[in-house]
Amino acid sequence: MSFINYASREINCKIVYYGPGLCGKTTNLQYVYQKTAADAKGKMISLATETERTLFFDFLPLALGEIRGFKTRFHLYTVPGQVFYDASRKLILKGVDGVVFVADSQEERMDANIESVENLRINLIEQGYDLDKIPYVIQYNKRDLPNVVSVDELRRELNPTNVPDFEACATTGEGVFETLKAIAKLILFDLKKGK
Amino acid sequence: MSNPQLIMYDEEFKQINVALEKLLREANAKVIFLVDKNGQLITGCGETERFDTTSLASLTAGNIAATGGLAKLIGEKEFSILFHEGEKDNLHISIVAGRVILVVLFDTRSSLGLVRLRVKKASEELTAIFNRLLQKNEEKEKSGDSEFPFAEITDDDIDNLFS
Repeated sequence: MSFINYASREINCKIVYYGPGLCGKTTNLQYVYQKTAADAKGKMISLATETERTLFFDFLPLALGEIRGFKTRFHLYTVPGQVFYDASRKLILKGVDGVVFVADSQEERMDANIESVENLRINLIEQGYDLDKIPYVIQYNKRDLPNVVSVDELRRELNPTNVPDFEACATTGEGVFETLKAIAKLILFDLKKGK
Repeated sequence: MSNPQLIMYDEEFKQINVALEKLLREANAKVIFLVDKNGQLITGCGETERFDTTSLASLTAGNIAATGGLAKLIGEKEFSILFHEGEKDNLHISIVAGRVILVVLFDTRSSLGLVRLRVKKASEELTAIFNRLLQKNEEKEKSGDSEFPFAEITDDDIDNLFS
């Protein structure tokens, strides 16, 4: 959950990028890191294997600016996508304020996407959250590849509740900031609504 | 929800900082941080400017989460103290009041025994402060008496963040 500090006038929120292995979660964060002004970001941390697969998480702190005199900070995390890292994934969802599901648009990754969404739902329940109630957006990544499933079909399979969704190509940055803005907005509105 | 939202007020923030400053002196430590279990830095004292405090907070919380996972696997509730020994500097990490993490960085000017002893004493004090804070959070939520800064924000305020 967000941490509100009246003493230092700060609001901190946690966003988690979830999705199957190699769908582009880390690439999303890397793009955000590259394109953010130095004074608005902290160091990006990647706990990865030697082959650059996420082992535990990536972490990127962002300062978005002020709302009514309160500094708004977002902490972006990714989870390890590979199926066998489930224990680690659960830990990263602790205290989450909003989730971005990054789907791999390639036809052969459809099953992995579906499995990962189900895994997200189950792991959230374990932490006491309901995917249908928390801020949640979906990104259909890798739209630049030739063998992609249509957005209509991705929607049907992965977005039955019609949450905000975006087409993206994280390597070129297309759709990356749109996704981030959407989840940040949902979180801020949720904070507003909550009181 | 497993971890209710943490809201920090001036009064408790000052008390916490006083307790940490005292611990810093008595344990002869270099730096002390207090981190939320979700990875957010609450406050720090000592030579904080020498460190990337945000990263430190996030990794500490990850560390506590991972060892907490290990603890559950072997049937323990949690490991409440972690100690990392380096060539020069050492980290003593402990859980306070069940939800915040106290990180003490010290070198050869202090010792593990001294740090453990002082941390134990400071933990009691911090636990009392956090219990008061959580109670205050709860009461304010129940009574609806909240000066919550976001209650008044508009769509425009949020849009402006991204312009």
